[in-house]
Amino acid sequence: MTLLRERPVVSPSPASPAPRSRSYAAFPVHLAMLAWAVVTALPLLWAVVSSFKTDNEILNDPWSLPASPQGSNWVRAWTEANIGRYFLNSILVVGGALLLTMLLGSLVAYALARYEFRGNRVIYYTFVAAMFFPVFLALVPLFFVVQQLGLLGTYQGLILVYAAYAVPFTVFFLHSFFRTLPSEVAEAAFIDGCSHGAVFFRVMLPMARPGLVAVGIFNFLGLWNQYLLPLVLNPDPDRYVLAQGLAALSVSQGYRSDWGGLFAGLTIAMLPVLVAYVAFQRHIRAGMTAGAVK
Amino acid sequence: MKHGRWRFLVGALVPALVLHVVFVLSPYAQAFYLSLTDWTGVAGEAHFVGAGNYARLGGDSLFLDAVRNNAVMLVVVPLVTIGIGLFLASMMHLGGRGGRRGIAGSGAYQIVYFFPQLLSLVVIAVLWGFVYNPNTGLLNGALRGLGLDGLTRSWLASPSLALIAVMAVLIWSSVGFYVVLFSAAIDSIPRELFEAALLDGAGRWATFRRVTLPLVRDSVQVAFVYLGIAALDAFAVVQVMTVGPGGPDGATEVIGLSLYRNAFQYGKFGYASAMGVALFFATLTLAVLALRSGRKERLELA
Repeated sequence: MTLLRERPVVSPSPASPAPRSRSYAAFPVHLAMLAWAVVTALPLLWAVVSSFKTDNEILNDPWSLPASPQGSNWVRAWTEANIGRYFLNSILVVGGALLLTMLLGSLVAYALARYEFRGNRVIYYTFVAAMFFPVFLALVPLFFVVQQLGLLGTYQGLILVYAAYAVPFTVFFLHSFFRTLPSEVAEAAFIDGCSHGAVFFRVMLPMARPGLVAVGIFNFLGLWNQYLLPLVLNPDPDRYVLAQGLAALSVSQGYRSDWGGLFAGLTIAMLPVLVAYVAFQRHIRAGMTAGAVK
Repeated sequence: MKHGRWRFLVGALVPALVLHVVFVLSPYAQAFYLSLTDWTGVAGEAHFVGAGNYARLGGDSLFLDAVRNNAVMLVVVPLVTIGIGLFLASMMHLGGRGGRRGIAGSGAYQIVYFFPQLLSLVVIAVLWGFVYNPNTGLLNGALRGLGLDGLTRSWLASPSLALIAVMAVLIWSSVGFYVVLFSAAIDSIPRELFEAALLDGAGRWATFRRVTLPLVRDSVQVAFVYLGIAALDAFAVVQVMTVGPGGPDGATEVIGLSLYRNAFQYGKFGYASAMGVALFFATLTLAVLALRSGRKERLELA
């Protein structure tokens, strides 16, 4: 729980009386920190740089910089290698699943957190227990369930399954959030004649916005990075999501080589996550580590 | 009011419950039954074979390779990841004066370290497939650049190195998360404890061993569970990155891959379900063991 607190990130200690000895002592520390930063960042930067190189440059010298940046790699990846199509499929599926997850998840979390009724705990644990089961266990029957519903290889099928597997975490996360909200505002709204549904949508949901944003970010990242479910449930290459398409592309790379295009595709796949991270990095790190400790 | 209340509750709960039962609960439940049949996907052709599938698992050398590899990963990946994570997190704090003031720039380091955690394992696997490429890859390129040509390898094609290469990717992708996690845990330790240790003349190592480590034990425990579960999976990295996949010669086979192959390539759905059940019990055992030892340690601290 303590992890939820904003960490006082590193001011270069102003009141320190012996700065010289400190800087000596800190040198090997900086070296170690820098070393891991290089190990982390180098492969990522390398992929971005390589996405601007010609195949010849990639094949002959992995360390060189591009002589003239090849924007054509990106164009080729987006159009010919279908990365653009996979990207749009991902947006469609993840967008739909995210909306559905947030709507259903917040409704369930709110109903369970703010209403007393028989079976409340049972329903809560039914959802939460599912978070701890390995998806592999469900994989085979899930394939046939989706097939029998005629949803195999459809956007709708993928959206419903994504949402079904993302709702438990959402309920778990928002349940405690709705509990902490004050009840006075809701009571006032009831007295003013609001229905239960109106209280939820017009009073409680806006009040819960910080929680919704946090869980929305995690859900976006989780759904965007989904691979196992589409691999099994989405066999139609026209409807591949990004991770799936990229994996298929890198495997077929053994047969027809377009290294620059593949690096460009890889970079395109990393971009939305990077953008989300830069925009929300404090929330993401604080929330994810808090989620790990609960 | 009473009437509206029930109508709202039904409307709020039923859609999600239907979704949950159809796509989550019923598949989990069916898996246990399917694992006792010889079902190959043809409707009406499932025969009850009892523990037959489980008996066959014991004689399936590829599955046994998978179990062995997952077991190795289960030990190595958490140990190394937590080791590096704790080292970097405590370095950030011990580097400063007074025991726990962070060193300059540690916030920026944490931002960089954390990024791989957010990427899909598929993206990471494709990236590292390039890094390990024998001819054009970053790794061999770096070794050649340093004049260490003798150390270049075809990393993923060598039976003795492939599993290590896969584990390195898993460790690379998760260290940043645990640096941030442990760092936050160290932040929550009362400053006075570090100051007292400093006054008592404790060096960095003594401070780490006597103060930091005991007080971040809970976080380490959580890290073991999370990393253990990740190590029991490893499907995406192996499937995308390794030759075969799962090769060379079963050297990187994992349970998830065996399950996927048996079900969706060979159509042995009953048999694959038995692997899923085995994986489930492995996960369950891991979680129970970790929770139990967690309870004991909390008592020691109290």
